[in-house]
Amino acid sequence: MDIPYIVQERPDTGLTNVKLGIWLFLASEVMLFGGLFSTYILLRINATDWPLGSDILNVPIGTFNTVVLISSSVTMVMCYAALKLDDLAGYKKYMAATIGLSVLFLGVKFYEYADKFSHGDYPSGSTFLAIYFTLTGLHALHIVSGVVVNGYFLGPGAALWNTNKEQFINRIEAAGLYWHFVDLVWIFLFPVLYLL
Amino acid sequence: MSESVEEVREHIKLYWKIGAALMVLTVVTVAIAYIDFSVPVAIFVALVVAATKGSLVSSYFMHLIGERKWILGTLLLTVLFFIVLIFIPLMGHLDTYGNRVTVPNSNAESPSEVAH
Repeated sequence: MDIPYIVQERPDTGLTNVKLGIWLFLASEVMLFGGLFSTYILLRINATDWPLGSDILNVPIGTFNTVVLISSSVTMVMCYAALKLDDLAGYKKYMAATIGLSVLFLGVKFYEYADKFSHGDYPSGSTFLAIYFTLTGLHALHIVSGVVVNGYFLGPGAALWNTNKEQFINRIEAAGLYWHFVDLVWIFLFPVLYLL
Repeated sequence: MSESVEEVREHIKLYWKIGAALMVLTVVTVAIAYIDFSVPVAIFVALVVAATKGSLVSSYFMHLIGERKWILGTLLLTVLFFIVLIFIPLMGHLDTYGNRVTVPNSNAESPSEVAH
């Protein structure tokens, strides 16, 4: 039995199941990160003192990573636009760029973590470091998940294009929504952790 | 939602412009961090810039502009719960006003200096 409303929109909601499903998932993700942002506020307002992020973290590196992630968001939305233009080669080019930028982001994050550990700065070192590693670590896990999913859609998953273009476009739109959400989270993490 | 080729090409131009605006706002975010504001003002300004960037991403890259009411309704409910979640620690803090409770190990160099 075919799963209904994958390509065709439901008459009552006007949405495909993919669209509603990914937005409900993102709503749960908002609450997941919201809980951790709430924790950050709780820790900060009840602390006797709180360090300036820029005194502990490397702002130029954080800024570079922000630019990298925003660039990946642009290339991701271009994937969707390329498919809308029936341009599979363009899609593959932009998806490869998205994955490359994601791996670059993770590489820079790995360098930041390694640098912190080499100086003896572990999550147990202070409340600031604990929430820093928790928030950025969870975010990095989301990046890894995105790389895996996008890698699938660049490789074997792209075969769907030959049999059902609309379904493939819907899948890339859903993957894009997830990726932009990950970018959105970093847009708030960067000033909160690195600058304030 | 089917779009014509011309509409998609117009959207592509817009995506590049939004990307450029996000880059500029990132520079602004860093630049204002070096202005000598008081902490509450610095937090407010940084969050306003971050919210502006966030709204650009959600409105254009995530296509929330013109999205169906079911999606917008879901997100409205999420935002309400998110606000409650964020204000819980603030309300808790106000509740203990005048009777400050400190969290141990808050970046203190010496644990013995931290009040329990």
